[in-house]
Parts: sequence; C-alpha cells; structure tokens
Amino acid sequence: MSEVLSEAPLLEVRDLVVHHGQLRALDAISLRVRPGEVYAIIGANGAGKSTLLRTIAGLHRPTSGSVLVDGEDVTELRPERRARQGVVMVPEGRRLFESLSVEENLRVGAAYARPGPWTIEQVYEMFGWMRERRNQRAAQLSGGEQQTVAIGRALVANPRVLLLDELSLGLAPVVVQRIYGMLPQILATGLTVLLVEQDVSQALRVASHIHCLLEGRTTLESKPDGVTAEQVEAAYFGLAGIASGDSAASGAGSEL
Amino acid sequence: MAWINAIIQGVLTGGLYALFACGLSLLFGVMKVVNLAHGDLAVVAGYVAIGVITVTHVPVLLSFLIVVPVMALIGYVLQRTIIQSSLDRSVLTTLMVTFGLSVVIENGLLQFFTANSRAIGTGLPLVSGSFKVGSQIQIGYLLVVVFAVAVVVLLGLQYFLSATKYGRLIRASADDREAAQLAGVDYRHVFGIAAAIAFGTVALAGIAYGAYSQLGPTTGTDTILLFAFAAVVIGGLGSLWGTLLGGVVLGVAQQIGAQINISDEVLAGYIVFLAVLVLRPQGLTSRRAQS
Repeated sequence: MSEVLSEAPLLEVRDLVVHHGQLRALDAISLRVRPGEVYAIIGANGAGKSTLLRTIAGLHRPTSGSVLVDGEDVTELRPERRARQGVVMVPEGRRLFESLSVEENLRVGAAYARPGPWTIEQVYEMFGWMRERRNQRAAQLSGGEQQTVAIGRALVANPRVLLLDELSLGLAPVVVQRIYGMLPQILATGLTVLLVEQDVSQALRVASHIHCLLEGRTTLESKPDGVTAEQVEAAYFGLAGIASGDSAASGAGSEL
Repeated sequence: MAWINAIIQGVLTGGLYALFACGLSLLFGVMKVVNLAHGDLAVVAGYVAIGVITVTHVPVLLSFLIVVPVMALIGYVLQRTIIQSSLDRSVLTTLMVTFGLSVVIENGLLQFFTANSRAIGTGLPLVSGSFKVGSQIQIGYLLVVVFAVAVVVLLGLQYFLSATKYGRLIRASADDREAAQLAGVDYRHVFGIAAAIAFGTVALAGIAYGAYSQLGPTTGTDTILLFAFAAVVIGGLGSLWGTLLGGVVLGVAQQIGAQINISDEVLAGYIVFLAVLVLRPQGLTSRRAQS
C-alpha cells in the first residue's frame, strides 16, 4: 500500500472550497487520484459530489483551493482547456447533442482529441450497435444507449482522467450493470477514472478507492476492502455516534 | 398576364427577402439572439460598399469581395464582445443591447452621412437593366441575380452546417454549450464564427438592397429588419429553407397586393405575416431544417 501512496497523483485537489451563492457546497476537500485508479466519490443527495466533479472539470469556480493535473495547476483554466489537457467529463443526465446524430456526437467529442488509443472506429468495435445506428439522432436513443454514447464521446477525446457523473441516474439496474461492466475494458487502455455515484454498493464494487462526502465535507476516505459496511453507512448518513466509535474510518482522510 | 407577372416578380423579390432573413435566422437558430440591429448593419454594409467603390474603383458588383469579409470580422468582434456578454446575462439583455446598437448606428449614420438616401450602381446594365418574356412580363436582371445569390447562400449554409467540422461544432454548441465545453469546444469562438457568417450574409443583403432600391439611415429598421422578420416568421424560425419560402410568400403577397391596389403592396405582406402568426405560429415549415 505504501508504494501506491508514494506514486505521484495524476489528479490532485487541494483544500477546495466552493460556494453556491451563500451556501458552502464544498468545504476544504482534498483528494489525490493516482494513475490507473478508479476513484469513487460517494455520498447522499446534496453532499456536494457533483459540485466537486464539476469544479474539477472547470464548470464551477472555486472560492479557494486548487486543482492540479499531473502537477500542473489548472484552477484558472476554462473547461474546454481542461478537456484538451485530458480531463474529460461525462456529465450527469448524459447531455448529448440531441439534434446531432450518434456519429456526429462522437465526432464533436473527437474534435479536440489528444493522441491516444481511442478512435470512433474503436468505440464502434466496442459497441457494435452504435455503428449500425450511427446516423440516428441522439434524441431517439434509449437512456442506456444515450449514456453509452456519452461515454463514447468522452473516450474519443483520449482523456487521461475520465470523470463520470452519476452514470446510474435514471437507468434500470440491468442497464447500470452493463455500463459498469464495460469499465475494466476502458481501464485497460490506461485511463484513470474519477466517478461520482449515489449507488454505494455499485461504487464499492468497481472502485479502488472510495471517498465519502457529507454536506460538503470528507467523512471517509479508504480502500473499499479497508472499511466495513457500518463505517460506510455512518460516513454516508453522518451518524456521528457510530463514526466516532470507530476512529479508523473517520480519521482515514487526514492520514492521506 | 398581369397576375402571372405579379407572381413572378413576387417570387424573385422573395430571394431578396430571404437574403435579408437568413442572417437573422442563423443568429436566432444558433445563439437565440434576436438581433434588432440586423437591418442597420445591412445598411452599414451598403454604405461601406459605396465607400469602397468610390475609393478603390472596384467594379460595383465585386465590392462584396471586400465588404463581406469586413462585415464578417465586425460580426465576430461584436459577438465576442457585447453580444456574448449580454447573452451571458439573459436573452432579454441581448434584445436591449441589439436595440441600443440599432439606435446608435442609425443616429451615427444620420450624423455623419446626412439623411440622404444612396443607391449602389445606378445605371449599370446589370442593376437597372431588364429583359422581356413575351410582351407583358419584364424581368430585372438584378432580381434574378439576387435570387440566385440567395439560393447559393442558403445551399452553402446548409452544406456548411451539416457537413463541415465547424458547422457541426456550431450545432453542438447551439444544442448544449456546457457539454460542448466538456468536449474541448470553445463555444465563444464557435459563436463568433456563426456571427461572422451571419454578418457576411447581412453584407450581401445590404449591397443587394442598395442596388435594388436606396439606402438611408432608417432603411435598416423600417424595411430590411421588418421584411426579414416577416420572412423568418412566415417560413418558420430557425429553418433555412423555410426562410426562402417565407421570403417568397412575402414577396408574392406584396406583389399581389400591389396588383389589387398599388398602395396595398406593403400592407398585403404584413397581413399574410399576421395571418401566419395567428394560424400557424411555428411557420409554414415546422421542421427545423438547419439542425
């Protein structure tokens, strides 16, 4: 474990504070995502998960703190600049270009791509149905299909860090399973994934590292096999009694 | 025969109106900007053309080679500055800002170029000449050229939007700016390009109207903007080919009105405009052809 920790992080967030108007949505959040990791941010509705991801992507300006990619400070960069540097987000609710065809969506994703293994052809190889329906409008696809195209659109940009915001939202469990089932194949091409997920069991299944937020604060940070279900539950719902009863869980964040 | 003539003249004038309208339609379709300075900018383009012709002695009809790039550049700069910043606030703000721009341009033209009307290329065979079909129908060369230009511009726009990289980026940014940013697209630059193209067509509209009729400081709002609006609404918002149809319907309605009574020309056009607004508010072509 110590050798993993010593590896330089690909994505680092330092003391990030974000306000939505008067509301402090994120309070001094820090995290380090190392190459090849699947880093999962979990938490209840309104915990600040999506805000964190959107701030990393550049869609929100932090009040203070910084975001670093491969040691380089990108806090001042616009979202499109960050995307070109390899921080690419699949936004919540898919957000496909609805009047464009499937292929056109992928081509927009590839317009400012970094060099790398992913091409539109590669995406078609992975999802055969997409090639057959490439001329269909994105709006005509089912939710799961749209989510897959949204992932494809992000992949063809050849991201270094792929940010996945609530992939499971509004999709049937079977479809969610199938989409998360693709993750190993995607990771095999050398990507690093930072994901936000409300479905804790799903996150625990795929993650190499979990980070739990509660009302904008870190309540737990650990490897998934290093915590018990009770500790996760306590961190998720903020049951102070249980959390303080087990200092290993709540203290994990500060050790890193 | 007189009625057939009216219809032919109306269809051809429709090309001119479509040229007025396509820049307005493009800006609305992509950025949801209703550019109230649209007509005034066409007048500015016409004045620039007159200046260019006077100073450089380029052939009158080739003046567009200079005026179109100049207006495109102005379009890009205006979009990146005042239009974008007002768009970031609200759609209503863009309405106020372009209205302000319209007032400033009209008063500026009045101040520096007097209230006199000016025409482009009067007396040139291509501008003032015509040919006869049969004994009663007389067709002006200019309107035929303008109609052809309108069709070429619309075909070009259609091709650009559907088949080129920047066309695709324009449609993507129009659909979802934030998602476009996440794909690395600088939507401000993309909107600037869309505005540059729209203003290029505005330049053609200004030159065409200057040759067809006359340009004065208020021609922009009292004629060009109103006819452009009517054509866009009749044809259907955001639809390029609808714009041509809208222009033609407006032109034919005007000519038929004029045939009934010469003073009814403009009124007849607006009656059709109003009728479409009431009976078919989505326009004659409900399909959104540009996307």
